[in-house]
Amino acid sequence: MATAVQNTAYKVNADVQRPRGWKGIKWTKWISLVFLTVMAIITLMPFVWVVSTSLRNSVQSFTVPPKWIPTDMDFSNYSRVFDEIPFWNQIGNSFIITLSVVVGQLVTASLAGYAFARLRFPGRNVLFTLVLATLMIPGQATIIPVFILISRGLHLNDTQWALIIPALATAFGTFLLRQYFKGIPDDYEEAALVEGANQWQIFTRIYLPLASPGMAILAVLTFNAKWNDYFSPLIFMNTKERFPITLGIVDLQGYMATGSISVVLAGIVLSTIPVIIIYILGQRYLVEGLMAGGLKG
Amino acid sequence: MSSSAIHYPPEHRRNFIGRLLAADTISGVKRQRMLLGYLFIAPTVIGLFVFVIGPMIGSFGLSFYKWNVFRPPEFVGLANFQRLAGDARVFLSFKTTFILVAMTVIMLEGLALALALSVYRLANRALSTFFRTAYFLPVLLSGAAVAITLGYLFNKDFGVINYYLGLLGIPKIPWLTSSDTVLFTISLTTVWRNLGFTFIIYLGGLSTMPGEILEAAEVDGAQGWQKLLRITLPLLSPTILFAAVTDIIKMLQFFDEPFIMTRGGPGDASRTVVMMMYESGFGNLDFGYGSAIALVLFAVIMIVTGIQFYLSRRWVFYG
Repeated sequence: MATAVQNTAYKVNADVQRPRGWKGIKWTKWISLVFLTVMAIITLMPFVWVVSTSLRNSVQSFTVPPKWIPTDMDFSNYSRVFDEIPFWNQIGNSFIITLSVVVGQLVTASLAGYAFARLRFPGRNVLFTLVLATLMIPGQATIIPVFILISRGLHLNDTQWALIIPALATAFGTFLLRQYFKGIPDDYEEAALVEGANQWQIFTRIYLPLASPGMAILAVLTFNAKWNDYFSPLIFMNTKERFPITLGIVDLQGYMATGSISVVLAGIVLSTIPVIIIYILGQRYLVEGLMAGGLKG
Repeated sequence: MSSSAIHYPPEHRRNFIGRLLAADTISGVKRQRMLLGYLFIAPTVIGLFVFVIGPMIGSFGLSFYKWNVFRPPEFVGLANFQRLAGDARVFLSFKTTFILVAMTVIMLEGLALALALSVYRLANRALSTFFRTAYFLPVLLSGAAVAITLGYLFNKDFGVINYYLGLLGIPKIPWLTSSDTVLFTISLTTVWRNLGFTFIIYLGGLSTMPGEILEAAEVDGAQGWQKLLRITLPLLSPTILFAAVTDIIKMLQFFDEPFIMTRGGPGDASRTVVMMMYESGFGNLDFGYGSAIALVLFAVIMIVTGIQFYLSRRWVFYG
């Protein structure tokens, strides 16, 4: 739907941009194209550099001029990543933590989003306002008490639970999915009631599938945020075998402070592959979700 | 009336709860939905109470205590805040953070807006898809990966950036090793990573703008800059405010990039508020003082949010 809106917007705009006897318009068009291209080069260069340098002979990896096209094809940097850090453990940890949080948030947020959108119960508005208010509290303002609770109260420090449990409830996700459930007409529910469906069936068989675009957006955003999280693992994790990969690559750099950059960059490439795959799979949802997100303002 | 056999309670309504929630009465369905409502919100509400609202109150309480892991907590009243008011390093970290926020957000909003306006004007769909994808790629990376990579690129002696500047005859710039340039460098790094995110939000704002208004403006003779300043930007102002405030709040909690790139150095030149809090709370294990710093940061964020509310009521045009 959003794409359709966008298409017409492009068309309208294409008409508007057609020069109408004033050469200045063409000029600005060229200037903006040059600007876009320069910015794209600045954005993409580091990616090219990371990949090509990760394949360079590690002895010369930090010499200039840089090689933009890899000629050494030295894959030993990649195998050294596995020697220097427990890579499989760490990437596995990242997967366990990230997928648990994604699934957990989808469950809690779809339940709460549905309840706040479609079920009537005393205190609903007050509770929803409270949920929204927590959006304003930055994670850093609560991290010390959360650390005390996790480490001294629950004794979960240095376990994956420390990174999963506090992230299961999500105010943002609840808000996002509530918007989706609100957009679905009541008629579906009435029809289902007539057919003899119970409340649980109405939720799982009718409304949940219809809210799946919203759930996809939440899943992609949460995956990206959690996979790349550095601050909370830094606080909760001590054992290298239990690190997620973000801590792993910083650790790799620490080892190699004077040594090979190519190995660190190989680690970065390896650690980024899963997010790129998720992005390719969920690209549509991610970009549309963010574009829609800007409108809530 | 009531003696009709049809109205006898079926099996499941024999007990009290069954009767209360009977699906074949209107009030029963209502009660079912009520109960379901509480069950459905329970995980979220409990989770937020335990891990957000509770700890927020906890932070507030902790800031009145002197507490490290080795000794039991001791109530010290406002001592942490008094210490904070006289702590030059904390003061500097706030100053550093504000400078970083200002530089980053100005560059970020300006560039993202310019990119969005340019991409939006592109009639060629393939090109616009290419640019959108390109600008968005850095958003996928972790702050850690970006900090490491750009840290290498900005290296004074072996960095690619100084190499190419050298070809242009520009002497080597100590990007990360001089207190004059370090904040600008970290700011550039952050802009590089977040530009795609802010850009997409602006593009979203632009593509939902009512086309008729733009066309009407054209018919009335609005062209180029005039159209941009008088029509497009005012229509976009809710999006600009939203994006700027979101970015300000995000940057106030700045940590990953400076922590990995410079560890706060040289000296304290790039030490942010959250790094100070991290060091007090988890380095020195001084939970009370760390909480006090966190609370001041929280107050700053609340003020920014308050300003947003005020501005959005008074200045922003909602179509």
